Amino acid sequence: MDILYLLVPMSVFAMLAVLGVFAWALRAGQFDEIDVVGEQILAASDVVPGAALDPDQGPTGDAIEKSTGTSRHRHRSST
Amino acid sequence: MSLAQAPNATVYDDPPVRWFALAAVLWGVVGMLVGVIIAAQLAWPELNFGIPWFSYGRLRPLHTNAVIFAFGGCALMATSFHVVQRTCQVPLFAPTLARFVFWGWQAVIVAAAISLPLGYTQGKEYAELEWPIDILIAVVWVAYAIVFFGTIGIRKVRHIYVANWFFGAFILAVALLHIVNSAAIPAGSMKSYSAYAGVQDAMVQWWYGHNAVGFFLTAGFLGMMYYYIPKQAERPVYSYRLSIVHFWALIFTYMWAGPHHLHYTALPDWAQSIGMLFSLILLAPSWGGMINGVMTLSGAWYKLRDDPILKFLIVALSFYGMSTFEGPMMAIKTVNGLSHYTDWTIGHVHSGALGWVGFMTMGSLYYLIPRMFGQTRMHSVRAIELHFWIATVGIVLYIAAMWIAGVMQGLMWRAVNPDGTLVYSFVEGVKATYPFYMVRLLGGVLYLTGMLIMAWNVVMTVSQGRAVATPVPALPARA
Repeated sequence: MDILYLLVPMSVFAMLAVLGVFAWALRAGQFDEIDVVGEQILAASDVVPGAALDPDQGPTGDAIEKSTGTSRHRHRSST
Repeated sequence: MSLAQAPNATVYDDPPVRWFALAAVLWGVVGMLVGVIIAAQLAWPELNFGIPWFSYGRLRPLHTNAVIFAFGGCALMATSFHVVQRTCQVPLFAPTLARFVFWGWQAVIVAAAISLPLGYTQGKEYAELEWPIDILIAVVWVAYAIVFFGTIGIRKVRHIYVANWFFGAFILAVALLHIVNSAAIPAGSMKSYSAYAGVQDAMVQWWYGHNAVGFFLTAGFLGMMYYYIPKQAERPVYSYRLSIVHFWALIFTYMWAGPHHLHYTALPDWAQSIGMLFSLILLAPSWGGMINGVMTLSGAWYKLRDDPILKFLIVALSFYGMSTFEGPMMAIKTVNGLSHYTDWTIGHVHSGALGWVGFMTMGSLYYLIPRMFGQTRMHSVRAIELHFWIATVGIVLYIAAMWIAGVMQGLMWRAVNPDGTLVYSFVEGVKATYPFYMVRLLGGVLYLTGMLIMAWNVVMTVSQGRAVATPVPALPARA
């Protein structure tokens, strides 16, 4: 089973790399605003206002209101 | 609103998302059709027609490659390119490279569709493609990684959303797995020998095979889950904290579970036991993630009643929970002694493939495709509902047939007379399986029918809509 001399060190190395990335994420503040980041993706709308061809299917616009109404989250360049 | 219509606002780079999404539907139909054909060949071997390139042995890898790498792969690329742009609020990094990823990946698929029926194979499950195609896969995959991580690198949002972590782990792990497992010595333009031999080769193969399931078919689709379920339900994920624990726990434990594919073989006993142990540990993060996804609907369960897209997404998670319970159980050596080499394994794989991967993809594409063509919903919502129910009945027939057939085969093979002779000859087991092959075929036909309904719905939606460029929000206020 010489192959384990390749697979085990490689998997251990992968685990160490994962730990390294986790340490980076922790120190870079990726988990600082954990209570609000889940909601952020809901704000962005995927449909261009007025782009819907069917008038019945027009975007409601609340997504856009949301996007301008929330400003408590930090922008990357501001940190 | 005036902001969004500013004349020279940057727009998201959506063409590769559109192409990959439509390609996923096309390859889904093709891959599932081949699946139905080989299911029919098992029931009626005459359907091999005595033609080598139409024989079961060559079409079976074509089916697995088409549904995993063509259907699943295109869906993962479409959704990862979509999610990474929307959550980072920037267009794709290196747009030309993104187009290369699309055409390169289609070239890989076409090369597989030609070479596998012609009989070119490395003989490694889920890694059958010969070395020139393997090199193309590696090149395309590196380009994919550059586009994806480049986009994260130029992001305007400080926090990297959890879906991107799952997509990122999937991309990196698959690159590592593919390169290590496909190492081979070429012996001609379409012939090679594995760099490893005997049980060493088996261990590398199943280290690859299991992690291909773990990272390609699980982590990648969890990325979809963490974006499209909150978007479709219009609610944030139940616990963002849990999603982070889910991610790190899953990628820490998955790498070690591969040996459970080699129970009772020449692989050392202790390696088998480690594989079994880590498979059992995997139950915890898997169920944590499943519960997190389902509970996103907590307080809004009524949405499940009216919204067929949510039905797809939540039922996908139920199948994820079922298969990640069944998997660790089957990894227990004594259970594996009964289940291995029987059709129970096929049932297990398809509860994950049809239920989890298929439904997650369909739900996500039903969300994505209309939005990529300037619409808010598919041409026919009732057709989505119909697709959901036909496909669900198909899966239930499929996996129930394979469960019964598998346990029956396992019991028949191990039945021993008092004098030590076998009670049943092998062919008696095959004969007893015949009715279950028919039920499985019926389940497969239903699932394919659902996919055809989806293809029709997509064609109608796309022909009525038009590709509209979505501007990147100029003020990423909620970043």
